[in-house]
Amino acid sequence: MSGFVSIRALRKSYGAFEALRGIDLDVAKGEVVCVIGPSGSGKSTLIRCINRLEPFDAGGEIRVDGTPVVPGRALAKVRAEVGMVFQSFNLFPHLTVRRNVMLAPRRVRGASAAEAGALADRLLARVGIAEQAAKYPGQLSGGQQQRVAIARALAMEPQVMLFDEPTSALDPEMVGEVLDVMRDLARTGVTMIVVTHEMGFARQVADRVIFMDGGRVVEQGPPEAVLGAPEHPRTRDFLGAVLNH
Amino acid sequence: MDVFDTFLNLDVMARAWPLLLQGLWVTLQLGAASIVAGLVLGLALAMGRLYGPAPVRALARVYIDVFRSIPLLVLLIVIYYALPFVGLSLSPFASAMSALTMVSGAYSAEIFRAGIEAIPKGQFEASAALGLTHRQTMSDVILPQAIKIVIPPLTNNSINVVKDTALASVVAMPDLLKQATQAQALAANPTPLIGAALIYVAVLWPLVALVSRMERRMGGGAGAR
Ligand SMILES: Nc1ncnc2c1ncn2[C@@H]1O[C@H](COP(=O)(O)OP(=O)(O)O)[C@@H](O)[C@H]1O
Ligand SMILES: [Mg+2]
Repeated sequence: MSGFVSIRALRKSYGAFEALRGIDLDVAKGEVVCVIGPSGSGKSTLIRCINRLEPFDAGGEIRVDGTPVVPGRALAKVRAEVGMVFQSFNLFPHLTVRRNVMLAPRRVRGASAAEAGALADRLLARVGIAEQAAKYPGQLSGGQQQRVAIARALAMEPQVMLFDEPTSALDPEMVGEVLDVMRDLARTGVTMIVVTHEMGFARQVADRVIFMDGGRVVEQGPPEAVLGAPEHPRTRDFLGAVLNH
Repeated sequence: MDVFDTFLNLDVMARAWPLLLQGLWVTLQLGAASIVAGLVLGLALAMGRLYGPAPVRALARVYIDVFRSIPLLVLLIVIYYALPFVGLSLSPFASAMSALTMVSGAYSAEIFRAGIEAIPKGQFEASAALGLTHRQTMSDVILPQAIKIVIPPLTNNSINVVKDTALASVVAMPDLLKQATQAQALAANPTPLIGAALIYVAVLWPLVALVSRMERRMGGGAGAR
């Protein structure tokens, strides 16, 4: 069976160094997958390959909703269906919060200013930022910026949302507000692939947890299994190190 | 002999004034046309240099290096006096504008490139992830941010273009300098030259001051935003 997101024999090399060493992964529609693993294990590289921000080695294949993620016309379709949230927010600093959210619907979908504005207002209300719509990203806290970034990605009504350590750049007191938004989102049936170090979130929200190390998927399964009773010694070492922090 | 009668002779100045104003008008037209054309060319070159296929990138790089190396006066004389031998005769204005544009385009290209390269990679990635095309990414995300960075150096370059318009007087362009030298010959008095020099300074000083102010402000730590 192949998933809504299906990854086959995915390899990614930087020169002689292999960051991904053969990944096979299927994510079902509506599934929430959390990816954990030590720094440098290839988590970011993996999810950046899914919308091809990172080109990958020939021989590997990624499909989103059946469409192969290859350069060209199809890629635009895939990118419109796949939303991404970055560790460093990457909001557009020269646009107001509202215009950040409106930009892609207007340009990519050709929505009118009124339609895109109404959509932005709805999404900003949903992530709890409605009052800040006229401000610029630089005037917001980190947690608020990340919630705007989530609203901006949602504005394209994506089928899949990718998160690359969305709370790692935040002050601790702001982590909760972003995780709350993500938790709400998970309940709406959006397929989510989340790279995170928030084990509590993974335990609570994930349908499946994937542990990566050295460019491979080492272990995967339901959160209670992978986080509660890991089989692989490397998973145990990693969880031990994280939980003792 | 009175210094004032020689260098600041008001009678001579009064008679030369209309000519100088005519010259100034030509200088400003030539300067403005060359600045605008140079900006368009520079942006196109910067795009080719950054994002074109390999041969375009190489050509853009060669162009930029060549036209930053060639002395403007040499280029101008080649265009005006040498091209007619291959059947291409340009008017003094067209020759001067071509030379100024070609050189200004090369400098502008490097300024645009530096400005674009100063925009964090995450801005390109966020745009791509949203499904924006390369062109949309440039026009809606990257260039509006890069503009803030490139305005001071581009203004500087524009000042240089206006100054360099004076070279056009060697191909018989009736610009400010040419009018001044003619008026000087006519009156047998150098006052019009002094007048022309003062007019150049009066026109460009405010721009120079503006650039200094912008650079001071940018230097003051606005870089992060
Ligand atoms: N642009 C790059 N050039 C060379 N090596 C890279 C590059 N990007 C990532 N890597 C390497 O690939 C490996 C996986 O990186 P990454 O996917 O960012 O890991 P993670 O997100 O799990 O911390 C790391 O060893 C990293 O050093
Ligand atoms: Mg990472």
